[in-house]
Amino acid sequence: MDVLLMDYLPLVVFIGVALVLGLALLVAPFIVAYKQPDPEKLSAYECGFNPFDDARMKFDVRFYLVAILFIIFDLEVSFLFPWAIVFGEIGAYGFWSMMVFLAVLTIGFIYEWKKGALEWD
Amino acid sequence: MKELLAFLPILPEIALAVGAMGLLMFGAYGGERVVTTIQGLSVVLLIFAAVLAAMLPDSRFGTSFVVDEFARFLKVLAFLGSAVAIVMSLDYLAVEKQQKFEYPILILLSTVGMGMLISANDLIALYLGLELMSLALYVVAASNRDSIRSTEAGLKYFVLGALSSGMLLYGCSLIYGFTGTVSFEGIAEGSKHPGIGLIFGLVFLFAGLCFKVSAVPFHMWTPDVYEGAPTPVTAFFAAAPKIAGIAIFVRVAVGAFHEIVPQWQQIIVFVAIASMVLGAFAAIGQRNIKRLMAYSSIGHMGFALVGLASGTAVGVQGVLIYIAIYLAMTLGTFAVILAMRRNGEMVEEIGDLAGLSRSNPPLAFLLAILLFSLAGIPPLAGFFAKFYVFLAAIEAGLYTLAVIGVLASVVGAYYYLLIVKIMYFDEPVQAFQPMPGELKAVLGVTGLFNLLFFVYPAPLIEAASAAAKSLF
Repeated sequence: MDVLLMDYLPLVVFIGVALVLGLALLVAPFIVAYKQPDPEKLSAYECGFNPFDDARMKFDVRFYLVAILFIIFDLEVSFLFPWAIVFGEIGAYGFWSMMVFLAVLTIGFIYEWKKGALEWD
Repeated sequence: MKELLAFLPILPEIALAVGAMGLLMFGAYGGERVVTTIQGLSVVLLIFAAVLAAMLPDSRFGTSFVVDEFARFLKVLAFLGSAVAIVMSLDYLAVEKQQKFEYPILILLSTVGMGMLISANDLIALYLGLELMSLALYVVAASNRDSIRSTEAGLKYFVLGALSSGMLLYGCSLIYGFTGTVSFEGIAEGSKHPGIGLIFGLVFLFAGLCFKVSAVPFHMWTPDVYEGAPTPVTAFFAAAPKIAGIAIFVRVAVGAFHEIVPQWQQIIVFVAIASMVLGAFAAIGQRNIKRLMAYSSIGHMGFALVGLASGTAVGVQGVLIYIAIYLAMTLGTFAVILAMRRNGEMVEEIGDLAGLSRSNPPLAFLLAILLFSLAGIPPLAGFFAKFYVFLAAIEAGLYTLAVIGVLASVVGAYYYLLIVKIMYFDEPVQAFQPMPGELKAVLGVTGLFNLLFFVYPAPLIEAASAAAKSLF
């Protein structure tokens, strides 16, 4: 039991460090940052939204679609990194597992392409 | 070749998943012209998977996926339940002009999740199956996206489902933390000396599972989702996912926690009593038949959990018989609800059934059979379902639970019989439109099954008995 919990000690240390670092970065700007307020800094950039506005506004649903598609393919890449690093050791089993995973994602990709989810207009 | 044989236990799920993806590509290229073909092929694929699942020998895929008699029994039920749900949706979707090829594919994917869930033998496989099943269900609940109520149903189901998944995961992490393993055998080993942390994990895990089978106090989503979702989707929700939910509930309780039966028994007893009582009393005031069926299904899940509460092989056998008969009763009743169409519009009020015995005597007769069966009146199938779970509860010494259960079923009989009274003794309103053939077939088969079950109950009871024994 205690041995099991000891295994998690690095995790506790990590959470502690993350907490301290996060809080330090959050608090530091209030103390040391160079301040020069300007209305342009708070306005929307190019075609984006106003950063501080009522949340109940009209919202182009296509932004949402793009965000979701981004998350899916972003995750795909984040799975590929660890796979690529240990590729030499995992052999044919590891190779085909990833091929199946990519095949499933490709089917999803073809579907969204054919449905026109990648067209903006 | 030998390596490929290792995939044999998950062959039905692989067939369903590959088939679903193939049909998705077919639909993406074929467009709206191939919708009917895809619907037909999906039904064929589900029946094929059910046959495959029934034929597989006892085997395992690693430690996380197990094929045994229990899995075979429930997989056949779940796959057939999904197939019938697609068949029942054909006419509705065509008339309402909601034919989309994604609908049967989502049902297929959800069914893959159910297969995974029924065979799951560790917490990771459990979670994967549960999410695969639920994510597809959230989407089909909102499948009529121009209807505000359908989207509301989907959103509500999604938000509450995410919350319950969170609780379930929290429970899983506690169980893993206090036993050091995710496999059910390992958890059974580690729970011989249960600490408070493990019990906490157990409670959270059960809370998540209660949500999926819509047992009180985690039932709040059920009436709204049942009422808001398109009717064929409601029929699907009431059938196959409930089977998978009960299956994993039984496997976790009996497979992973059989060392600490007294600890989880009290939870199940409470949940069963609360579900039966709420299902009986809350349904009385309902005027919408889909809402009524939602409360009815809450009550029935309570009755099924009575069998689990005993924690014995007889109890699990009772659960399996109950869930099989529940499937037949629910699908039959929803076949009637899907046929409640007047002047091209679906009607959902109970009052719309008034005088059905004069405008359509066979339909009224079969619905009356199903309602009597739901109420548990002998000699119909629903009586035997209740008989076996209460028998198990009595044998396990849970007298209070059995007595409250019988009382709740008497209260519940009131609203089922009220519908029969409305059909047979009230003044007729305008007749319904003719019933499409596939609904007639579903209603006929399920009605006759409920009526004639007592003549030859042996096959189901023996199959359930063998399935229950494989867990002990």
